[in-house]
Amino acid sequence: MKCWGFCRMNEITQGLYEAARLIFSLDSDLLEIVGLSLRVTLTAVVIASAIGLPLGAWLVINRFRFRRATIAVMNALMGLPPVVVGLLVYMLLSRSGPFGVLDLLFTPTAMIIAQVIIILPLIASISHQTIRDLWAEYHDLLISLGASRRQRIMALLWDGRRALLTAMLAGFGRGIGEVGAIMIVGGNIDHSTRVLTTAISLETGKGNFAFAMGLGFVLIGLAVAVNLLIHTLSRTERASVW
Amino acid sequence: MNWKSCLLALAASFTLALPVFAKDIKLAVTTSFHNSGLSDVLLPAIKEDLDLTVKLLVVGTGQALRLGQAGDVDAILVHSRQAEEAFLAAGYGTHRREIMYNDFVLIGPKDDPAGIQHAANATEALQKIAQSKQKFVSRGDDSGTHKKERALWKAADLADVSGQSWYRAAGAGMGATLNTASGMNAYVMADRASWLNFGNKGDLALLFAGDPVLFNQYAFIPVNPELHPHVKTALVEKLENWLTGAHAEQLISSYKINGELLFTFNAKP
Repeated sequence: MKCWGFCRMNEITQGLYEAARLIFSLDSDLLEIVGLSLRVTLTAVVIASAIGLPLGAWLVINRFRFRRATIAVMNALMGLPPVVVGLLVYMLLSRSGPFGVLDLLFTPTAMIIAQVIIILPLIASISHQTIRDLWAEYHDLLISLGASRRQRIMALLWDGRRALLTAMLAGFGRGIGEVGAIMIVGGNIDHSTRVLTTAISLETGKGNFAFAMGLGFVLIGLAVAVNLLIHTLSRTERASVW
Repeated sequence: MNWKSCLLALAASFTLALPVFAKDIKLAVTTSFHNSGLSDVLLPAIKEDLDLTVKLLVVGTGQALRLGQAGDVDAILVHSRQAEEAFLAAGYGTHRREIMYNDFVLIGPKDDPAGIQHAANATEALQKIAQSKQKFVSRGDDSGTHKKERALWKAADLADVSGQSWYRAAGAGMGATLNTASGMNAYVMADRASWLNFGNKGDLALLFAGDPVLFNQYAFIPVNPELHPHVKTALVEKLENWLTGAHAEQLISSYKINGELLFTFNAKP
């Protein structure tokens, strides 16, 4: 049956229908993979932020020999191919690798490790650029107040918090939609390490396009929901706060 | 302004999830086995009979062998005899136990421009595709299915097909390759199970099957505990006994898609 492109349109509509069906039936398998997707990426974002935000600020206020090179490398690593990170983490965590005894391969922890590596340069770079602008403004003030290095970093991070939130959300976006690394280190094991993106990849492989599309809509919805939630909680885009 | 500490607490509760002490083993299987849907029947039965959770890693044969070699899984279930024997010869596995077989089929456009439908055997079918220069999509990923396909071209005196413009190596798994063939309306070789379960058939149809050279033997290989002492040998042995036993035979021999039998159980007790 020839259908001149309309079949595909139909499958996208079917995908929307599948997404609605999955959400409203509270499908238990779906809740499980959504939960794991959130758990892995949110944990990775928190860890990467705990390292990346202070690192970005630290790079702003310190002058040292390879500063420019460090920043250039960090910016370049924003484009790190996830599949390469996955392969690297796999080889480190493999039973035949240096950290094999930890028995972390094919666990959510391994997926978190891989995502931290992927997200960290992104968060550190955006944080660095944000704080650099702020530092230009605050430099004289903080120096004249005689603030210590630690106090300077804290003040910059606190006053730049809204822009830094954007850095974290960008990291979340890169993590939640990532499939190359977690497929390798997580293994896409049912009821154990399957997340939304690896499930989408699996269903596409089976030719179940409508179902894969449905999962895709759920993923997009989830990303929007998390962003909205964070913005609401932190009261951005309100008249009272800038 | 407490959302940040909320997030932290949330993240901490996630990371500190309790370790699971249930009995489980990791088994690397090929995509074609998983796509057949048979694992959805076997795994719950294994859980019930042995109280054992089998964690499936669905990968290509090449990656399955590498995972076994590195000791990252406890056993593998694959279908590429030569590669399996090399794996055993290198000492990575203890032994090879045949479980069951299914077969490969040739898929192509419904109107069959190369006319392979009435070919006498697989060799003749491939020669017809080559002579008519009809598009053929290959896995091209060094998987068990790809190795089989290359052996068949060689048997048809067409070992150099990979240079031809009508021969397209997708470099992808079975599902992705079928998607490619469906998009290009090309010929392709697939295992019967993946084809029957495939949801995006388009204008393709099963055109040729039944030649005994197309049979596809699956074998179970435990990873060698002398190389990897952490491998759960006792559980692997239980699983092997179950897979070659009566309940597995009954489930495998009665597994059908659209009324078609997929696998023939041939494990020797």
